Amino acid sequence: MIDSKIPEGPLAEKWSHYKAKAKLVNPANRKKLNIIVVGTGLAGASCAASLAEQGYNIKSFCFQDSARRAHSVAAQGGVNAAKNYKNDGDSTFRMFYDTIKGGDFRSREANVYRLAECSAHLIDHAVAQGVPFAREYAGYLNNRSFGGVQVSRTFYARGQTGQQLLLGAYQALLRQVSLGKVDLNTRHEMLELVVIDGKAKGIIARNLETGAIERHAADAVVLASGGYGKVYYLSTLAMGCNSSAIWRAHKKGAFMAGVSWIQFHPTSLPQHGENQSKLTLMSESLRNDGRIWVPKTAADDRNPNIIPEEERDYYLERKYPSFGNLAPRDISSRAAKEQIDAGHGVGPMKNAIYLDFSDAIKAQGKDKIEAKYSNLFAMYEKITGINAYKEPMLISPSAHFTMGGLWVDYELMTTIPGLFALGEANFADHGANRLGANSLLQACVDGYFIAPYTIPNYLSGELNAPKIDTSHPAFEEAEKTVQSQLNRFLSSKGTLSTDYFHKKIGRLLYEKCGLSRSKEKLEQALEEIKILKASFEKDLLITGDNKLNSELEKAGRIADYIELAELMCHDALQREESCGAHFREEYQTPDGEAVRNDADFCYVSAWEWKGKEQPPELHKEPLVFESVELAVRSYK
Amino acid sequence: MKLYLKIWRQFDTSSKGEMVDYEIDNVSEHMSFLEMLDLLNESLIHKKERVIEFDHDCREGICGQCGVMIDGRAHGPLKNTTTCQLHMRSFKDGDTIYIEPFRAKAFPVLRDLKIDRSAFDKIITAGGFIGASTGQAPEANSIPISYETAEASFDAAACIGCGACVATCKNASAALFTGAKITHLALLPQGKIEASKRVLTMVQQMDAEGFGNCSDTRACEIECPQGISILSIAKMNAEYTKALIFRK
Repeated sequence: MIDSKIPEGPLAEKWSHYKAKAKLVNPANRKKLNIIVVGTGLAGASCAASLAEQGYNIKSFCFQDSARRAHSVAAQGGVNAAKNYKNDGDSTFRMFYDTIKGGDFRSREANVYRLAECSAHLIDHAVAQGVPFAREYAGYLNNRSFGGVQVSRTFYARGQTGQQLLLGAYQALLRQVSLGKVDLNTRHEMLELVVIDGKAKGIIARNLETGAIERHAADAVVLASGGYGKVYYLSTLAMGCNSSAIWRAHKKGAFMAGVSWIQFHPTSLPQHGENQSKLTLMSESLRNDGRIWVPKTAADDRNPNIIPEEERDYYLERKYPSFGNLAPRDISSRAAKEQIDAGHGVGPMKNAIYLDFSDAIKAQGKDKIEAKYSNLFAMYEKITGINAYKEPMLISPSAHFTMGGLWVDYELMTTIPGLFALGEANFADHGANRLGANSLLQACVDGYFIAPYTIPNYLSGELNAPKIDTSHPAFEEAEKTVQSQLNRFLSSKGTLSTDYFHKKIGRLLYEKCGLSRSKEKLEQALEEIKILKASFEKDLLITGDNKLNSELEKAGRIADYIELAELMCHDALQREESCGAHFREEYQTPDGEAVRNDADFCYVSAWEWKGKEQPPELHKEPLVFESVELAVRSYK
Repeated sequence: MKLYLKIWRQFDTSSKGEMVDYEIDNVSEHMSFLEMLDLLNESLIHKKERVIEFDHDCREGICGQCGVMIDGRAHGPLKNTTTCQLHMRSFKDGDTIYIEPFRAKAFPVLRDLKIDRSAFDKIITAGGFIGASTGQAPEANSIPISYETAEASFDAAACIGCGACVATCKNASAALFTGAKITHLALLPQGKIEASKRVLTMVQQMDAEGFGNCSDTRACEIECPQGISILSIAKMNAEYTKALIFRK
């Protein structure tokens, strides 16, 4: 039985109770304790900096050439906080409710409430660090509204909120580097977790510049390595985003939860060809003024501007009259796929829908639209060569955010004592669908405000534990595992590249475990993954040496993705209901809406690795709702 | 389209590098520049050759990890565009393209087009921050900041740390990079308290890393993908002078 360790007491007091009772480590003892933090995005950098400020010794790792490049940098829209600066009825409880409902009632009340509770102070902290948020003329902070909510609680720094928050965390991290409290290792990739007597005690990392395999010991290990949406190959993620740190921890005993819950962002640019590597996101804010439509006649090849009004289907406005073009992400994405699958897709590959600004330009004038979105229109033109003031944009859903990840308890600790997972790497707060502008928030809150309480609570018990040396046999063995995999890749004799396999697994998941799933498709997918796995073993070809070698880096990540894909399909197959981003074709209303099954599936699916040839074992964490009523999530 | 590529290959930092000729066919105008390199690498793998190493990550122009000299220009021919956001429609069938790493004494080549830009991190480590520890912050609206100040601060803070400014400068100066961070923080009330100390330590570190001096050619501003203004350099110089005069 897994224990989520939710504190006693009323919802609004749980976190205060926890903080009041958490065990502390004396300041003089903190410098005797070492913590490894993998990842330097918002969650990793903020956690490393905050713990270093308290006096712990931190070793921080990232695979990029600088900590500032982690993919938090790419978030555009904003960060939510229940400040109620607009006096429009926002509160901690309302933010909690929006997030729980947005997640289709598949997340923990206590975690979500804490997220909302800590949100306001995050804005204070970011401002103190020098994050240049948008301001009103009087000098006060500005904010705006985002999808799925009815208040204004999204703080932003133009279209680069993620970049600015990350720079704040990165600078805080480097400040601790200057004070000698953080040992920062860039161009390093964690390849194995070291577990001794059941506790996380270190990692094996590869120096990507020299190829050296390194052993690092610590009293606790934090994984803040981000999401794994890149498993679909074509996604909005950075090329290097990967699941290796969490997957290798999973194989060492950490459970994975909500594995198949992947958010497809509705407004990304469509794929244009076979050699494409990336789908660029266009901010969700465009849906405030753009109208989404497809031609009523399938395979209509005409230029969109000459298709008359009565031959257009504004399907979101038709199906969801009260939210219209601002329906939540999972619903908008699925509706787009329905249209594309029914042959109404547009663009050269028939894989897109129109996002049309002509009515908004007519009503408000081109100047107004330009003032709001000029950077996005410019970006669109840069990538596609099309002027969206004159022609509707072509957009399409794309793999974006993973709600799933390592299972963690209320303390953000995984099922391996001493191993913590923060930010997108854990499954905790978003349930089956994340609301816009909640991911920056969760990463920051985990790193700045939660881990700095829960990790010391754990470490207080480790103070007198014997210090582990990297000569311990567990390090020896972990290093051997890493080395033998690398040797296998370097001596590969096949003919196919890492990208070939990545594209294959991505395509397979997109079709069978993507926006919509079914028993039949998932069972097929599991068979196909077996074949792909075998092919990867024998047909892969890695050129180059064991030093700086990007193909060698990718090979390990793809090997992990293939295994992860298998677990995603198991997870999606087992959950016989539709909830949030998980849409099972068998469980829908006659008009195509998701049917959730609270009687049988109101739990978190936490999966345990049982070995290469064994099916994973399911553990259930029941979700108990004391403060909200389980409701049908309708946006009609 | 078919293209003729001349690409810098260098085994490691201490090896001698050279330009190597490649031909690539079936390049679509919709491909990004880096996807064109992916395609070339795929063909090298099929020939069992080592791939061309180049830095990249987000491929949407914000992480700052990509960047090569294309026909002698940092990030290629377009204005305000990183290498990853450059598309092949900017080239035509039969073109010859020269591709080299960003070059500077402070940015040693690691392999092929990959360089070591850790000197930038060291400049930030020397003082490019506000010393606000977690837990200390007052209520966010307790310090109003005018719209104009916040916007000007953002303009400087938008730097992505790619190094195009250094690569394009004949002196390999990091003045725009350093000036941008100093400007971002010095404009804000929260950043003013440490402004004097910050500018002195950051400039000292910039010099120690082996970057050249600024001689006001403005090349950096022209090639900067974020359009950071050289007024940042003027602001840095003003802050520096002020700090020297009032140094205790």
